[in-house]
Amino acid sequence: MSSDLNKPIAHDSAALYVTGTAKFTDDILFPDDGLHIALGLSSVAHGKLVNVDLQEVLKAEGVVCCLTAEDIKGRNDASPVFGDDPVFADGLVSYHGQSVFAVVAHSAKQARIAALKAQITYEELPAILTIEEAISQNNLLRAPHHIEAGSVDKGLEGAPHRLQGQIKIGGQEHFYLEGQAAIAFPGEAAELHLHVSTQHPTEIQHKVAEALGIGFHQVSVQVRRMGGAFGGKESQANLPAIIAALAAVKTGKPAKLVYDRDEDMRVTGKRHDFQISYDVGFTNDGKILALNVEQFLRCGMSFDLSAAIADRAMMHAENAYFIPDMRVTASLCKTHTPSNTAFRGFGGPQGIMGMERIIDDIAATLGLDPLVIRQRNFYPDKGTSESGKPTPYGQPVTDCVIGQLVDRLSRDAHYQTRRLEIIKWNKDNPVLRRGIALTPVKFGISFNKTMLNQAGALVHIYTDGTIHLNHGGTEMGQGLFTKIAQICGDAFGLPIDRVAITPTHTGKVPNSSATAASSGTDLNGMATAAAAETLKARMATYLAAQYQADVASVRFADAQVYVGDEAISFAKAAMMCWQGRISLSATGFYATPEIHWDPDKAKGVPFYYFAYGAAVTEVAVDRLTGENRLLRVDILHDVGRSINPALDRGQIEGGFIQGAGWLTTEELVYGKDGRLQTHAPATYKIPACSDRPAIMNITLFESGGNPADTIHKSKAVGEPPFMLATSVHSALRHAIEGLITEGMPNLDAPATAEQLLMTLKGMAR
Amino acid sequence: MNKTICFFLNQEKIEIDLNEGSGLRPDTTLLNWLRERRKLTGTKEGCAEGDCGACSVVIGRLTSDNTPSWQAVNACILFLPMLHGSVVTTVEGVANADGELHPVQQAMIAHHGAQCGFCTPGFIMSLYAGWCAAIDFSNTAEIETLLSGNLCRCTGYGPIVKAGEALARWARPQWATDRLLGDISALAQMAGDTRKGLELEYKGQRYSAPATLDKLQTLYAENPSAQILSGATDIGLWVTKQHRQLPHLIHIGNIAELEAIKKTDGHITIGAGVTHQQAMDALAQDYPALQEIWSRFGSAQVRASARVCGNIANASPIGDLSPCFLALDSQIVLNKAGRRRQIKLDSFFIDYGKQNREAGEFVEAIILPRLQAGQQLLAYKLSKRFDQDISAVLMAGYLDIQADKITDIKIGFGGMAAIPKRALRLEAYLKGQNVPVIGEDEGAREAKFATDIAACLAEEFDPIDDMRASRSYRLLAAAQLVQKMFIEYRAGYTRLSTPQHFRSPEDFTPTIQA
Repeated sequence: MSSDLNKPIAHDSAALYVTGTAKFTDDILFPDDGLHIALGLSSVAHGKLVNVDLQEVLKAEGVVCCLTAEDIKGRNDASPVFGDDPVFADGLVSYHGQSVFAVVAHSAKQARIAALKAQITYEELPAILTIEEAISQNNLLRAPHHIEAGSVDKGLEGAPHRLQGQIKIGGQEHFYLEGQAAIAFPGEAAELHLHVSTQHPTEIQHKVAEALGIGFHQVSVQVRRMGGAFGGKESQANLPAIIAALAAVKTGKPAKLVYDRDEDMRVTGKRHDFQISYDVGFTNDGKILALNVEQFLRCGMSFDLSAAIADRAMMHAENAYFIPDMRVTASLCKTHTPSNTAFRGFGGPQGIMGMERIIDDIAATLGLDPLVIRQRNFYPDKGTSESGKPTPYGQPVTDCVIGQLVDRLSRDAHYQTRRLEIIKWNKDNPVLRRGIALTPVKFGISFNKTMLNQAGALVHIYTDGTIHLNHGGTEMGQGLFTKIAQICGDAFGLPIDRVAITPTHTGKVPNSSATAASSGTDLNGMATAAAAETLKARMATYLAAQYQADVASVRFADAQVYVGDEAISFAKAAMMCWQGRISLSATGFYATPEIHWDPDKAKGVPFYYFAYGAAVTEVAVDRLTGENRLLRVDILHDVGRSINPALDRGQIEGGFIQGAGWLTTEELVYGKDGRLQTHAPATYKIPACSDRPAIMNITLFESGGNPADTIHKSKAVGEPPFMLATSVHSALRHAIEGLITEGMPNLDAPATAEQLLMTLKGMAR
Repeated sequence: MNKTICFFLNQEKIEIDLNEGSGLRPDTTLLNWLRERRKLTGTKEGCAEGDCGACSVVIGRLTSDNTPSWQAVNACILFLPMLHGSVVTTVEGVANADGELHPVQQAMIAHHGAQCGFCTPGFIMSLYAGWCAAIDFSNTAEIETLLSGNLCRCTGYGPIVKAGEALARWARPQWATDRLLGDISALAQMAGDTRKGLELEYKGQRYSAPATLDKLQTLYAENPSAQILSGATDIGLWVTKQHRQLPHLIHIGNIAELEAIKKTDGHITIGAGVTHQQAMDALAQDYPALQEIWSRFGSAQVRASARVCGNIANASPIGDLSPCFLALDSQIVLNKAGRRRQIKLDSFFIDYGKQNREAGEFVEAIILPRLQAGQQLLAYKLSKRFDQDISAVLMAGYLDIQADKITDIKIGFGGMAAIPKRALRLEAYLKGQNVPVIGEDEGAREAKFATDIAACLAEEFDPIDDMRASRSYRLLAAAQLVQKMFIEYRAGYTRLSTPQHFRSPEDFTPTIQA
């Protein structure tokens, strides 16, 4: 076969990356008379804007003009859903770092220097910064929501054991290496064309048009690639794009806004920090009977995507475990901090962290290996008589493989033997302690909001037999474009070098959803396959007639088209079809089947299927300093039938390390004034090269393919592996077990050296 | 004095008159010049503060003994005139002119070392620096050192390290070796120019790069309000982050006399021009404890640019070397117009932002006493991340132990006060005691010892609460580190922070029991 499907081929841009010739938004050739923008940010967390004096800004070298709320003819809003994120603060600032105005100048440096010259007078108002403050003042974005199954209170009362606890989980900065970037080129009349580093070009199109008060048809948005996104360029790309558009319209010149790192970290939302408390009832052997979970998430000053994130957190609060009586409640805390947003996992990681803490606590109470508790509570595997138990939101889990997957992983990673060795080591060694944990992941695939599960593609065949491929998905490094090209090439029996991968463009495929929720390949792959099938059917019909063969006999393989007994090159077939006046351009469309959700009852089948995986992590902790290190990680993860095993492994390994960073070194610190103090890599520490474990074994679970009818039986892989890192936190806690006098150490996240040592000493903040 | 800077960029000779017409201030960063003037956009800005490595380029230079050195540096905080006399390679210049990819590029593709690709040019350049310097790519620890200053958010680093390891087995193509030889002859060709020094002025900013110590002395004495610039790893941020306008910079990077490390029986003298990397390489045998501190100092890029004396002269309370040099009871040499005074380092640090340094006086060298038999230096750095991070607490302890008795002890702390500071009260408490046994049981003697240490530290230190660590953690961890020092004195390395120890489960053998 000449197709590249299922092969570990390199990322389509690999050769461009290593030679520095892959163009990111800020690399696009920009005219010398194009203008550059910098933001003016608020320096209080909450306050009335009494006066914004920009006279000195306007006088500064190189400044062309300033932009404020008054310059917005349409809607002053950058929000994805709720209309509550002003582009420029208008009368009120709601977080430290909020955009108040923008400066347009001949260079970025000039714009930044000028922005510092503004004189802004505030009337400061009391600020609510933390989850605790929001709870105590009942400052919520909306009334708490519940998901409930069975009768929790009765279940808890009747349980032989009952336990309560709490965990605090910190937020996370995306730290995409490429900051937010947008360029707006004014066109004829009111038209505008934008290049934006965004996961959601359609939303940019909408928000820009609304801010300018023009139709969607007058705005086109293009993105070839992003330098990382991780959810942080879903809604957060709106603000720079709108401002660049405003500047371009006001000046009639191309205008560019590229956040510098500090600006980016201060302005944009992050992963939500959570407080989770629980009340669990279980049997003597650790079977969970009833569970009540309360989640409090810090949303920041507006909704952004918090409602959907809370939904996903609730829907993952039970992770891979069947719990007959369960209630989970999410409270959306409104605070005067940046509006927290999508980040790989979208609430799922926090929900799962809460559940894994509960399991660890039950194990400690019963004096059992936590893995035993995990295995006793798994959803039954498919093919077993018990299979199909419902989640708390009513979706039967029919595709479960977690039982067999964990059995195999624990065996291959020698979990039991190593655990015993570690326990012995810890008895003999007072300074360096070790810990090990195996944690599972079950992650629901589909956008929570059913309507978003749709995608389109556009495929042209040229008369030399090459293909132009376009779809609504965006490339952020995950390899989506490579995978879709593999799917497209395979459909025609072509290698991917015959397929042109082209930038995402709102003019080619309209009304797209964000590339998010791990859905990129599932949705766009199916849409592309549909377009290819349309084209193949047209070609087959025409060619069969030409060769007087049966249409059903026509096959596309090996860069040939087989028609009856004839084999003609794909190029020749394309040319023949053109000569026969057959349309060689088609769109494809896909809408995920079977899913539905009733938000009022909080019941339904929101997910088309689940992705599964598990990890064993071994760590070491220095008891004297709290320093810690990953020693070894073993992962077994289910990607269905992999479209590209190399790219899938990349997602697993990278996702795991990113998750490990979230739970260890990555700490967001806000000052008492609400200012983010960790606003650059000097103070915010994502994992570095030496933080990865010395041993990392990653295996793809051989499942025989996704039972759901996905593209080539593959499974989504963008987010699920992130949550494998919960094993890091559990292992760290295991390492310090027995070092405090009473109970289990109440270790929060991130488990920095400080957090670990202070937990050991009972002095945690 | 030259008024035009000269260097090679990807084998092309570049001459820029920064005085007039160019429109470039002397503090223009190499990164901005590459991207904006040359439209070479392969080099990326990720942070503009030298912490992420996306802007890495490789700089070739001749050292004071005329050997070529190849190092990755951060272009985002490097001022253009600092390149005078060097050869610069950017990611666009790594492949052969005919398009054939260099082994570092091929290996990155083969091992799937790039996902989003934004950090990739920086990784390519760090690997290329290692390739030029012919490091041992079969040694994973060396690769980690090479890549310590490059952040990647997508891959988790494993594939990039594998690409590096693969280079150990990759043939070195003739064209790439020839090109390197061409770069070396370009360096030789420019050497005469560099010796003349630079004097530039544009748009109200003056930039001087004297070529001799003599000229530096005179220049600085005459212009005491000028800013001395060595590696720009700190001052670069004043420009890129704080947008400060520095009227006069005096760069000391072209003065061969300052680049010497002199060893005598009793002392080692490090000149103001010596980089951290040079000192680390030269002093590996003399102070083993400093190897870890240096290997965790910034990153490969920062160690290649920053100077040891710069870390002392800026008197940062969180500089990593000052506490170590305090524990060694080092001296510094201050020079004003050729008049030298030698003072104890201890007396140099007066208060935050205030040093025992007159106007026009600069740090010319630091003098470290050598360790004699029975004397040891142990050093500990605590930070959120092991590599490329700033200390929450750094402790260095000098121990002179004879027959199990502490006959002399000096302890320096960073991160515990407004200046790097000796723990004099603690030293007095420990001096004359037998080396304490800190073991598995928390006996009464041990508990008292721990309490006493904590009490001494609490009396003489009042650390701050900030985003790196709380006050209470700093105090607690400092006391714990003193205990750790005595554990390690007896049992050897018992720490997670080095690449050589406790990195994988196999390293935890029963022999390490305390």
